[in-house]
Amino acid sequence: MPDFPKELPRKPGRAAYPLLLPTWLVLGIFFLVPLGLMFAVSFAERGTYGGLKPIADLGAYVRSGAFLGNYARSMGAIYLKIGWRSLWMALLTTVLCLVVSFPIAYYLAILAPRRWKGLLIGLVVVPFWTSFLIRTYAWMFILRTEGLINLILMGTGLLHHPLELLYTQTAVLIGLVYGELPFMILPLYASLEKLDRSLLEAASDLGAGRRQSFWRITVPLSLPGIVAGLVLVFIPSLGQFVVSDLLGGARSMLLGNLIQNQFAVARNKPFGSALAFELTAAVLLLLVAYAVYARRRGGEELL
Amino acid sequence: MPSPDPSVQIQTVTKRFDSVTAVDGVSLEIAGGEFFALLGPSGCGKTTLLRLIAGLEEPDAGTIRIQGSDVTRVPPHRRPVNMVFQHYALFPHLTVEENVAFGLRYKPLPRAGHAARVAETLALVRLAEYGKRRPDQLSGGQRQRVALARALVLEPQVLLLDEPLAALDPNLRKEVQVELKSLQRTLGITFVFVTHDRQEALAMSDRIAVMNGGRVEQVGSPAQVFEAPETELVARFLGATNVFTAEARRHEDGILSLQLPGGTEFSVPAGGPARLRREPVRFVVRPEKLALRAVPAPSEISLAVTVEDRVYHGASTEWTVRDARGERYAVFAQNAGLAGEALPFAPGSPAFLGWDPRHSVVLRES
Repeated sequence: MPDFPKELPRKPGRAAYPLLLPTWLVLGIFFLVPLGLMFAVSFAERGTYGGLKPIADLGAYVRSGAFLGNYARSMGAIYLKIGWRSLWMALLTTVLCLVVSFPIAYYLAILAPRRWKGLLIGLVVVPFWTSFLIRTYAWMFILRTEGLINLILMGTGLLHHPLELLYTQTAVLIGLVYGELPFMILPLYASLEKLDRSLLEAASDLGAGRRQSFWRITVPLSLPGIVAGLVLVFIPSLGQFVVSDLLGGARSMLLGNLIQNQFAVARNKPFGSALAFELTAAVLLLLVAYAVYARRRGGEELL
Repeated sequence: MPSPDPSVQIQTVTKRFDSVTAVDGVSLEIAGGEFFALLGPSGCGKTTLLRLIAGLEEPDAGTIRIQGSDVTRVPPHRRPVNMVFQHYALFPHLTVEENVAFGLRYKPLPRAGHAARVAETLALVRLAEYGKRRPDQLSGGQRQRVALARALVLEPQVLLLDEPLAALDPNLRKEVQVELKSLQRTLGITFVFVTHDRQEALAMSDRIAVMNGGRVEQVGSPAQVFEAPETELVARFLGATNVFTAEARRHEDGILSLQLPGGTEFSVPAGGPARLRREPVRFVVRPEKLALRAVPAPSEISLAVTVEDRVYHGASTEWTVRDARGERYAVFAQNAGLAGEALPFAPGSPAFLGWDPRHSVVLRES
């Protein structure tokens, strides 16, 4: 009998590295290089025709502190205000998504009859088949002065003057919540689906009413799904620009719009890059916090 | 102090799931302080019956009383019973202490005393050192004891146990049987426990209800259901697989005279409705009450058989024999002979099956 190694090596050997090459190439060319370029550009100054101002003496440029100009400018009152508004809108979106999604996910995972489940989850995913842009346009038709909501409200005589819905913060919030909803529902559903029903029976056997078992058993055990949903919704909301562009008014500009404007309208690439970098750093910090949380919970299932 | 009311009283309770009748008009009375087993094959309705007592299911018909008061429509969290679930259903996000303390919050007790009661109960199940651990850091036996402590800390009038030993490995099971039994004796609480393991039911219970197809076939002490099964199902489920058929001759004053196909006549005590003359009557004889003989013994009923097979178990030998009509019977014989003594019958050899007529247990026809 030949001697078999007692245990297979746990980690792939060095031989496996070439196999990872395509991944590294794609990540490098399409992600790391542009990111590096953007980082470098964020320290430059805007040229007269929208390009970069050539730097004659790099040493003098660094010593003068001019390379931090874009970052300094981004701390200006007007930009901070936009930053706060974005943060606030993203937070509001996330909380509203959670509040709206929990009953939906709970119904899907626990209450819905088994044979309907597949169909109902399909309905949650089906909007993805249509472009997000088109779905946001649809909201314009619903919200505008002669839109669906106002037609119904005025047609039934509830109102005599149309409501100002479109081009408001509320419209942006509705659009954001609508767009991010599936990203909250799905992780919540996955968590609740795994919930062992006998735990709820045990809680009720031990004297807990429905509400008490909900708060002491259901919520803590679906916490991984809640946290995953919060992260999945909060991060994209923070950088959103399509919704506020289409549904928002002049006063609902978000960080995403500001950055987009710097590249497309103001033609100030260095400032746009600096803003984009600040946003990326904030998101990265959040992701690190999440990873720490996930590790502490000891579950790879979270990531 | 035993209360005048039965601890649990079940009256003609029926529970249906869609088209399946899981519990079919069951009536039972369980006395205070009794260790009561619901025994039966899987799907016989025993777990549903336990869940009905716990309030986790609502009956379609019938009444359930606990300590005299009607709880039929009372939700589980308001019933004075607690349950040890089959897979324990410990809360994975809570420590052992928090698990045990879970239900105390809903009791009208001062908060201050909780910690002491939790510690006391954990000591009772010998887990005093494990309070800070989480369920996934415990062995199967320890988890089972946490589940027990979590229920016992609430001082229920009735403790319900759903296959409490099924998830344990066989060596541990024997040990836990003894522990559970002594715990029940110390606490004096009524235990109702569900099992499909007849050995477990016999070893632990004061009384056993054998269930099948949603009905209770027989209720009695372990010795009663074991030695005097009333129906073929009970007999077979408890290992009395030798069913004989004889013809009734006379049935008077609780004495039934029977005639075997070979002509042998004998009488056994038999209650129930009178049997008609020539009516076929089935009876069982437990394998350990049968003997294999080379020549018929005069005091015994004898049946000529052929030895078919034998299995040596060490302490005993199990024989399979066949009569002239092809019916098979099992015989257990203690290996009480001297070392090196050959087993008396080889497969294929003729022999006589003999038994004391008093060991014939007449079955009720269903």
